[in-house]
Amino acid sequence: MSASTIAVSLVAGGLSYGTPVLFAGLGELLSERGGVLNLGVEGMMLVGAACGFWVALIMPGPAWLVLTVAVVTAAFAGACMAALFAVMCLLWRADQIVTGLALTIFGGAAGLSSYVASVGSLVGVPGRDFFHPVSVPGFDRIPFFGESVFSGQPILVYLSWLAVVAVSIYLYHTRWGLKLRSVGEDPAAADAMGVNVRAYRFAHVVLGGAFAGVGGATYTLALLPSWSNGLTAGVGFVAIGLVIVAFWRPELLLVGCYVFGVVLSLGFTLAAVGISLPPEFYASLPYLATVVVLVVASSIWRGRRLGAPMGLGRYYSREE
Amino acid sequence: MIRLERRDKASLSVRITVWTASVFTAFALVTLLLFATGINPFTTYSAMISASISSGPGLTETLTTAVPLILTGLCAAVAFRLKLYNIGGEGQLYMGAAGASLVSLLLGGRPAIVVIICSMIAGIISGCLWALVPALLRAFLTTNEILTILMFNYVAGYFITYLIFDSASYWRDLTSPGGKVYPTGKTIPLAGWWPTYYIGSVGIPLGFILAAALALLAAFMFKRSTLGYKIRVVAGSRLAGHYGGINIKRLTVGVMLLSGGLAGLAGAAQVGSISHVLDPTSLEQIQYGYSGIVVAAIADFSPIGVVVAGTLIGAIVAAGSTLLSSTFPVGVVGAVEGILLFSFLSLGLLMKYRVSIRTRNASAGRVLRPALPATLASEIKEGDLR
Repeated sequence: MSASTIAVSLVAGGLSYGTPVLFAGLGELLSERGGVLNLGVEGMMLVGAACGFWVALIMPGPAWLVLTVAVVTAAFAGACMAALFAVMCLLWRADQIVTGLALTIFGGAAGLSSYVASVGSLVGVPGRDFFHPVSVPGFDRIPFFGESVFSGQPILVYLSWLAVVAVSIYLYHTRWGLKLRSVGEDPAAADAMGVNVRAYRFAHVVLGGAFAGVGGATYTLALLPSWSNGLTAGVGFVAIGLVIVAFWRPELLLVGCYVFGVVLSLGFTLAAVGISLPPEFYASLPYLATVVVLVVASSIWRGRRLGAPMGLGRYYSREE
Repeated sequence: MIRLERRDKASLSVRITVWTASVFTAFALVTLLLFATGINPFTTYSAMISASISSGPGLTETLTTAVPLILTGLCAAVAFRLKLYNIGGEGQLYMGAAGASLVSLLLGGRPAIVVIICSMIAGIISGCLWALVPALLRAFLTTNEILTILMFNYVAGYFITYLIFDSASYWRDLTSPGGKVYPTGKTIPLAGWWPTYYIGSVGIPLGFILAAALALLAAFMFKRSTLGYKIRVVAGSRLAGHYGGINIKRLTVGVMLLSGGLAGLAGAAQVGSISHVLDPTSLEQIQYGYSGIVVAAIADFSPIGVVVAGTLIGAIVAAGSTLLSSTFPVGVVGAVEGILLFSFLSLGLLMKYRVSIRTRNASAGRVLRPALPATLASEIKEGDLR
């Protein structure tokens, strides 16, 4: 394998494997910008992945329609999970960290997603309709990037770029985005300004859940496309980590997710080149890389809250 | 209108009522879930009950399964009390299982008491070591412990998978006919099997007695010892702890090691009294570590409550693993745990607040409780997320 093919496969792999993390991370970013820390990303991704895959297996009709409905279902499933979290944390004042972990356990590998999979007998079935790799006409002739970025990728990759642009514009150039950030930074001030803190938080937690659901479905509708219990393997938590490392900014999150994707595909590429280390070592690499990045970020910017919403993780009530 | 008034401490009767109510709510919700997916809930329940409580062997199974759950529950309770979110019981348990099985295998022919005690110690040390790096990172570099520990869980999972499936390690059985066909670990010598004491047909495992004793010790630690006092102060306000002269870094590392050691002991218990072999596949399926968080949270992080909650979840897990082969769908166990936790967390509102329904007139004259000064409030929570 020549150096250029290795580079192409690394970049292509980075893009593919970065995409689910990117969707999930964008969702978490919206939720955290409103001041709510939702550690249930992993559970929401898995439930979204299972529901989306189920629809793609059983729904009749043309592939484009089936896939659209499947993605919408995944988003809806993620949103329902997030709504559960939002009701508990924003109405019933439950602890955000414990409730988020509860959401992950509820939806996770031993929970609802696997239950859905066993009821719908999704295990071991190859996907019927899924997002095939597409080539972008014109762009796919560009040297290097044509091969790695503009061909051989499912359309969800390009949709995630749109999502990043949309979230950036929303956060920094719309009235709602400004209000959302104010709710996250200083809920009391936002409340005094006449912003409905609880409604803003609720809406963005639910929206974040929808993103996480789509992120999960990226696995079952495009990358794999099949189901195995607990297939996200901690990616939901990686997404939360990358939101921190990206200082809660969507454009930096995009970079972080692709770096994570490249590290993840490094294992496959090295194995293909013939460097034979145990597969478990390659599989551990992205997790170790995430730890290293978190450590570097936290030690360089120690003691400063770069971009962290000031109200993050705290319940807001006028009376307290 | 409905008003919520904060109360300082819920009385025992309120706590027991809320606890019972949430267990019933959870089972009502699970019944709905089963109905909605076309499964007869009553067949499932009666099968679960006969597999876990209503028979001698079932009850023994429940108590045996409860041991790692109580220990991982204590692991979570000890750390969460300090607002140190050690969700790494899972990985620390894997490493504990690896350490304990190694020592049991090495000490082959020695007397049982030596082998069992040494394997317990090995489990504890392995769990501590696996918790050490995230603990140091948290204490000295303020790296978010939730995320680093979770990454470590996966690495630990891959490590024990490597030991059994992809290497000729000391743990792996390479000689027996079965081991040549499908990778398995070496079964530990009989001397390393934790004993079970029978009262009638119900067996009480050594681990259960040990776990209950440790829970009592932890309860005493929280209530009466200096360490417990320090944990309470720092959990309430890091700043107060700092000015009070508590070395927060040392406390963080110490509590994390304690917590990791408990999870490591849970791993030793899993090897010593359940599987008798390092079995990555079943460890990763059952997820004692994550269930430990559920156990601790539904016990409201009280050590004595952890024993009760651990036995309850133990019954569910034991029923789940006995029934899995028949008409019992995968994922019910986790879903039940999740729903139980949700209903507990939601009803937990009633323990922290007194809910009163008043007419507008009655509440109009009330003086609102003065708010904490904004700076103080932000100090208390500052650092939680870093």
